[in-house]
Amino acid sequence: MSDAPLHGDEHEHHPFLQHHFEDMGQQHEASTLGMWMFLATEILFFGGLFLAYAVYRTTYEQAWVAGAQLQNLKLGTINTAVLISSSLTMALAVHYAQLGRRLATFYCLVGTLLLGSGFLIIKGIEYHAHFVEGLLPGPYFTWHGPMAPKVELFMTFYFSMTGLHALHMIIGAGLLVWFMWRTWRGHFGPEYFSPVEIMGLYWHFVDIVWIFLFPLLYLIGRHA
Amino acid sequence: MLLIPDVPLWPKEASTIAPHTDALFIFLCVVTGAMALFIFVTIFYLAIVYRRRPDNELAQEGEAPKFLELAWIVAPFIFFMVCFVWGAWLYFRISRVPDNALQVYGTGKQWMWKFQHPSGQREINELHVPVNRPVKITLASEDVIHSLFVPAFRVKMDVLPNRYKTMWFQATKVGRYHLFCAEYCGTLHSQMVGWIDVMEPTDYELWLAGGSEGSLASQGQALFQHYACNTCHTEDKSGRGPILTGVYGSTVALNDGQKVVADDNYVRESILNPQAKIVAGFGPIMPTFQGQVSEEDLLKLLAYVKSLAQAASPSAVASPNVAPPATPVRRQGKGK
Amino acid sequence: MTSVTYHDVRLMEPAKTRNYLNVDYGFFSWLLTKDHKRIAILYMISISVMFILGGFFAMMMRLELLTPQGDLLTSDTYNRFFTLHGIIMIFFFLIPSIPAVLGNFLLPLMLGAKDLAFPRINLLSWYLYIIGAFVGLVVIITGGVDTGWTFYTPFSTQYSNTHVFGTTLGAFIVGFSSILTGLNFLVTVHRMRAPGLTWFRLPLFVWAIYATSIVQLLATPVLAITLVMLMFERVAHVGIFDPALGGDPLLYQHMFWFYSHPAVYIMILPGMGVASEVVAAFTRKKIFGYKFVAFSSLAIAFLGFLVWAHHMFVAGISVYSAMIFSFLSMFVAVPSAIKVFNWTATLYKGSVSWQTPMLYILGFIGLFTIGGVTGIFLASLGIDVHVTDTYFVVAHFHYIMVGGAVMAYFAGLHYWWPKITGRMYPEWWARLAALLVFIGFNLTFFPQFILGYVGMPRRYHAYAPEFQVLNVMSTAGASVLAVGYLLPLIYLLWSLRFGPKAGPNPWGAVGLEWATTSPPPKDNFHETPAVTWDAYDYPAFLTAMGETQHV
Repeated sequence: MSDAPLHGDEHEHHPFLQHHFEDMGQQHEASTLGMWMFLATEILFFGGLFLAYAVYRTTYEQAWVAGAQLQNLKLGTINTAVLISSSLTMALAVHYAQLGRRLATFYCLVGTLLLGSGFLIIKGIEYHAHFVEGLLPGPYFTWHGPMAPKVELFMTFYFSMTGLHALHMIIGAGLLVWFMWRTWRGHFGPEYFSPVEIMGLYWHFVDIVWIFLFPLLYLIGRHA
Repeated sequence: MLLIPDVPLWPKEASTIAPHTDALFIFLCVVTGAMALFIFVTIFYLAIVYRRRPDNELAQEGEAPKFLELAWIVAPFIFFMVCFVWGAWLYFRISRVPDNALQVYGTGKQWMWKFQHPSGQREINELHVPVNRPVKITLASEDVIHSLFVPAFRVKMDVLPNRYKTMWFQATKVGRYHLFCAEYCGTLHSQMVGWIDVMEPTDYELWLAGGSEGSLASQGQALFQHYACNTCHTEDKSGRGPILTGVYGSTVALNDGQKVVADDNYVRESILNPQAKIVAGFGPIMPTFQGQVSEEDLLKLLAYVKSLAQAASPSAVASPNVAPPATPVRRQGKGK
Repeated sequence: MTSVTYHDVRLMEPAKTRNYLNVDYGFFSWLLTKDHKRIAILYMISISVMFILGGFFAMMMRLELLTPQGDLLTSDTYNRFFTLHGIIMIFFFLIPSIPAVLGNFLLPLMLGAKDLAFPRINLLSWYLYIIGAFVGLVVIITGGVDTGWTFYTPFSTQYSNTHVFGTTLGAFIVGFSSILTGLNFLVTVHRMRAPGLTWFRLPLFVWAIYATSIVQLLATPVLAITLVMLMFERVAHVGIFDPALGGDPLLYQHMFWFYSHPAVYIMILPGMGVASEVVAAFTRKKIFGYKFVAFSSLAIAFLGFLVWAHHMFVAGISVYSAMIFSFLSMFVAVPSAIKVFNWTATLYKGSVSWQTPMLYILGFIGLFTIGGVTGIFLASLGIDVHVTDTYFVVAHFHYIMVGGAVMAYFAGLHYWWPKITGRMYPEWWARLAALLVFIGFNLTFFPQFILGYVGMPRRYHAYAPEFQVLNVMSTAGASVLAVGYLLPLIYLLWSLRFGPKAGPNPWGAVGLEWATTSPPPKDNFHETPAVTWDAYDYPAFLTAMGETQHV
């Protein structure tokens, strides 16, 4: 494979085996374990925001309800469906990579990228709407409704949590492009598909974060 | 106080708590010192007896008995639990404010301490208190987190913005003791220091009598009218707000079914964030006074509301338009 | 083939091999290296620079504190200096130190692996450290920060006029360096052990690094997000932690200490790992109660997550909350006590050598014991009310971090210096330095226990006059300590050129790192070793070495 790392000497091993590993099996196990550990750190990273959100939810319950009601339920629901679908295409991409089906893998990755981008575009539309209504926390907060300072706090959490999530999706999108290129070049097959697999783990994690964000920010207390 | 040429090795003991703190401290010093000494001596002994010599380059067979492992898990653990129980007991004593304590109010702000006695005296960076009387200080900060620390009394409490906290002590020796800010608060944190003056009761009374603007409660009553609180919080049921007579210290039913005790923080929150807790049967119509009332004024209003609790006896219900009570509040602390 | 005795191993001529130091020359062969050993050296240089910078701030503070008045520095300058001293020493020196230098160098060697699981992520870790340090340096040059390393709100968000945003950004970045290092180490220990190297044959240093890595992995992200919220509040003036805007300053403290308490275990656990290695090597005995020591590391890591609010006993938490945290804090002392007693018991029937690494570790055991028991004082609620936020706490944590962690770091540096550089350091100068460090340290920090109990608060630029004598004593000690730290800088550098060359196992110790040349080849071993001996089993190890060493 011409894209494989350069080898000074000829020896029998998979072109993508890194030299400090004994074999592909060890390499695969190491990368998978590494990704799971990274996801653990992500849980704690987002977790801090969720904790602070929960603390203020109990303190300012009514403002939290008001904040949820300011969110666009329709767009949020569509986005949830879009993201879950992108997890489906991602899971399929991993499946096809394991089978060595290059084109199928490629198209599934493309699908994931399109759906993920769709999510980001819809999110952008929501953000823009909030900005126009004066709901951006800080010097541009011009919204005048009941409990405005506390609603501003809610919006702080809204933007931090969804913003951090969106940042992770943008990074994921970039990684998807890279993997689309690698797939096209035929790097993956039954003996070596772990990059796609760990990409899948990352993408599913980002999806799960949204599954928590959506009820917390859009749904809770909506019928209060 | 222990002094070797002017070097303090032990703080003065000047409160009822101090001897207890010192006792636990000494216990800890003795036991941990013994433990540490035992370890050091054992290490030295073993390192010398078993030092490397040509005839024991590779060490001998055998090791210390295994049961020792259990011994030095259990023994320290028991010791630690004793420290926990004793320390917790002491902490309870430090935290539980006695009912008959003399009330002082205070604020911390960058970079000074302001104290107000109920009789109206104000002090900056200095606090006069009588000896052998429990004194409680209710404090809030006007800006950042501070901490009031009196080493001779062995008490310390962080002072927070937007929240009242109360600490207490009972001084046992007449004298002048350091008071420090113990939570870093900016440029002049180390100058935010002062003195507690513990006086004989008679001297304290004399000092108190030396001029004031009227009791804190009476100043609070003036503010109550100034901010027009009395237009809604009337003495009878005709007002749009709840009657405040007898409220302080009682249990209040809120409109969401909760019941809360009307303490210092409740009164403060009712003024600054009235929508947070609404009394059952009333609407959310009270405006907020956040930004309009200073910390010192809040303390005066608090003192006034508290005085209404005591004036709840039938003959002494004061109408807001009558002159403030003539009896100085300094009698407040001496029995109820 | 005759079996090789200890003497033969020690006297073996160092082979003139290609090793990791001379396999490649040039700037980029270092800056773009994926070799864990070179990355360890890069870290060693970087943290040494930061140690000197942090030490400079400490020196200035101690000079100021010679007199009760604030006459050397302005209040603002002093406040910046103590803040920067704390931030640099904690985030840029102690947290990386043993893991990033010794852990990086030794972990693959001790496991019989060619490198860590993720060499490029390892290099990224170092670059993140450098970027974070660079941000920190820019902050220092442009005026510094004066919030204390704890950044308590609302002072840090609404009142401080200094570079809070920049500093927290620097800390945020360097936090990711720590997280990635921890991740790398965990995967390496799980997946890259040599054949025959089961968990209970691992050196105790590996157990300690493993436990440390768990803490780095799980605690640091919480600090990261807390700092993000702090930065947001500073810039946008929303009320997350500011009470004037409806926020809760105690929420900040809880979230900050949720990381920062486990962080202190990141700083001490690796030192305990070094202690186990050095005690075993310089007594030529298996550590007493190996499994207990191994599990203690895990217990400390786990329990360390449960005790954070013991930093908040007077801050405004409820009495019941305080009792729970005090109770749990007592538990976390037990595994540390186990280790100290077990190291002591290892000396029994051993062959005890008093060379420099052992001197440092004996100092470590003593000073860590004192620091640790004063932790019991602080965990006892009633005492804490009096001594928290005073010099008692300052003395406590310096006993553990300097008397403990830094001494362990120096012990490790000396112990593995021959392996890392292929040279021996001058033994008598090293012993002198160790002695100066021990004396200087105690003179600096023991008086601070007294100062704390008599009531001198911490972070004080000026202080009540009666505290002066103890402060002068402390500063005098600091000068001796400074000399003690300067000496190794000189003689270690000197040894690189003029020190006698070292063989593969100059100490006659057990461990895979001693089964290869000094310095090691680029891929660590000429062939993957198979482990047939238990940890610290001298006879078995020497026999195994005898079969493979070429005399």
